[in-house]
Amino acid sequence: MIPELGLFALIIAFSISLVLSAVPLIGAARNDATLMAMARPAAWAQLAFVSLSYAALTYAFVVHDFSVLYVSQHSNLVQPLMYRISGVWGSHEGSMLLWTLILALWTAAVALFSRGLPEVLLARVLSVMGMISAGFFAFLLWTSNPFERIFPVPADGNALNPLLQDPGLAIHPPMLYMGYVGFSVAFAFAVAALLGGKLDATWARWSRPWTTVAWSFLTFGIALGSWWAYNELGWGGWWFWDPVENASFMPWLVGTALIHSLASTEKRGVFKSWTVLLAILAFSMSLLGAFIVRSGVLVSVHAFATDPARGVFILIFLCVAVGGSLALYAWRSGTVTSTGRFSWLSRETALLLNNVILLTAAAAVFVGTMYPLLVDALGIGKISVGRPYFDTMFTLVAIPLILMMGIGPVMRWKKDNAQRLKKELSLIFAISLSVGIILPFVIDGVLNIPAGLGLAGALWIAISTLQILYKRLKSGARLPLSFTGMIMAHLGMAMFVAGVTMVMTYSEEKDVRLEYGSTYELSGYDFKLIGVNKMVGPNYTGDEGHLEVYDGDNKIADLRPQKRLYTTGSSPMPMTESSVDTRLSRDLYVAMGEPVGEDAWSLRLYYKSMIAWSWMGCLFMTFGGLLAVSDRRYRQKRLPGSETA
Amino acid sequence: MSMNKRSKRKLLVVMVLLGMALASVLALTAFEENLLYFYSPTMVKNGEAPSERKFRVGGLVVAGSVERATDSLLVKFDITDNAESMSVEYRGILPDLFREGQGIVAMGAFNGQNIFVADEVLAKHDENYMPPEVADALKAAEQQ
Repeated sequence: MIPELGLFALIIAFSISLVLSAVPLIGAARNDATLMAMARPAAWAQLAFVSLSYAALTYAFVVHDFSVLYVSQHSNLVQPLMYRISGVWGSHEGSMLLWTLILALWTAAVALFSRGLPEVLLARVLSVMGMISAGFFAFLLWTSNPFERIFPVPADGNALNPLLQDPGLAIHPPMLYMGYVGFSVAFAFAVAALLGGKLDATWARWSRPWTTVAWSFLTFGIALGSWWAYNELGWGGWWFWDPVENASFMPWLVGTALIHSLASTEKRGVFKSWTVLLAILAFSMSLLGAFIVRSGVLVSVHAFATDPARGVFILIFLCVAVGGSLALYAWRSGTVTSTGRFSWLSRETALLLNNVILLTAAAAVFVGTMYPLLVDALGIGKISVGRPYFDTMFTLVAIPLILMMGIGPVMRWKKDNAQRLKKELSLIFAISLSVGIILPFVIDGVLNIPAGLGLAGALWIAISTLQILYKRLKSGARLPLSFTGMIMAHLGMAMFVAGVTMVMTYSEEKDVRLEYGSTYELSGYDFKLIGVNKMVGPNYTGDEGHLEVYDGDNKIADLRPQKRLYTTGSSPMPMTESSVDTRLSRDLYVAMGEPVGEDAWSLRLYYKSMIAWSWMGCLFMTFGGLLAVSDRRYRQKRLPGSETA
Repeated sequence: MSMNKRSKRKLLVVMVLLGMALASVLALTAFEENLLYFYSPTMVKNGEAPSERKFRVGGLVVAGSVERATDSLLVKFDITDNAESMSVEYRGILPDLFREGQGIVAMGAFNGQNIFVADEVLAKHDENYMPPEVADALKAAEQQ
């Protein structure tokens, strides 16, 4: 009964989304206030019914309703409650339901927080979001119904992929989806503005907070996924340039460009049509990401769903959404003129450069991810693009990006003076370069130029950013939250650069065979394998190793990595649980391999230098974004026409 | 001040263009060098695989072919597309889901003794999942 109600609620939500996509839009075209006023209640009703549907599926998981095919495939009687709740989004159908729930949440949030918006614009924005929702509801109902029943009803279910039974993963997809889907708001604003033909700086003001919130969630979601892969997969890496990772990274890069471009458009009225294009592009990248992950066309460690019908559906949806909005753009953007004038030495130019660099990076990822797909589709052969390509590209892109991050925020709008910039920055440049180069030598006694340059880059961003903060404080000016947020996010980037540099230049990793009681030395630490014991968990059995790590004669850590065998599924699934000792300066990391001969195991040992800094950097960026959005000026009600663009 | 504003700006434009050209060349080289082609055991037997360059092979792990050394991490196994098979050598820890009968993809190159040495072995994290290349290779071998 409950699952049928869930499906019914989903169908109602779909019908509401159809109403939402059409009625307010017609109202806006005819200037009919009654029709436009439908937008808000429709947004709320849509959210109510998706929530019901989502609750129904969760309920089916919690009470072990194995007559629902999806539940029986991804849960069982001994699965802990937490992983029954998170199991809802553990596979394709449920995660798409989560996607629509989040989309409905964003839509309702726009309805709630946009009181100052002109009715016509709000009607258009909500309509466009309704269209996107309708597309995803149709996708669920026609290709991925999560409420499908099976008969006979199995006595017990299969199991959630053990890989997904981890707290980090439980919140990774919702965070990521909040980001992906959040870019639909900026997209809807852009399309609505194009429809209305009124692309002034106000639409940038309205889109900014939404874009920044979405970006913060995306940043956090990606970092969480990376942290989880590092801890859970036992591979010891934090980024693999896997197509599914790239699928989340492309919208992040374009979204970052969009945030900066929106700033220029709002503050100075420049790059108007470029910003609109970026808003369309950012959401297109989100859709492309959905296509990559959900169609299973790409070879990937993740590759969840492999159903061609789903791939075709999303591909058509992608073409309609991207093609339609670009056509609209081509038709309407000709009328847009940027009002602000600026000299080539100005913050506007710096932000433009920022955009060029970030889009170059996105293009590099795009080529590396999509080219194999194209070659395969054309039947020429099967290829993949190796890691070194991505590493090389990002080193190339990082250099100008880091340089500009030190200069751009110092520059003045409109026109700056080269002499002034030189005076302001040359000392910082000299200090960060020399300290950066010397640091590895001081710590290690050996000069390491790549590490030195990376650290110099991090210092350059950090010192330059802190100097802006210092000047602002000294002048006695108020610190708006949007400014503090920017400072925090940029400092986060500095931490990230430092962490990545150190991890890439100083890490050591080794697969070794260790007998009980024997020791292996890695990066000056002695890893001693004490022994391996049997263990039993709620839905798995396994082996737990015990290692002691010594720095000279001092024991500094006990590590207990596990090798689990999840026994609840149709066939037993082995899983590696690594054990990590984290300090600010380094991680010591052990993952179990398998028994090799008598009383010996193969172990994967890692020394990762300063890897914690890269996660902390991402957290700083996330909170920076959230701080910026809390700024008062976004909360002020603005009556239509009160804006002076 | 020897240069006036205009020629300074021209110089900047030229430098930016040169930088972009250099970056493109580097990018294309990196791209070309890191393309990894996929071959099935049949294609390898037919001598289609490169002898110098890294590439990827894939197939099912042949039952009973996995040999592990007891004093090191050396593993030898055969993979097959059900038409031809080939040996693979790997030194290190295999992924969790590596087992006999499982579809896997190995990345590596031939060494001097004509043995394929893998430096990475991938087995997907889903028991029912077959790497698409392996599925296609099995299909192709069946049709011959």
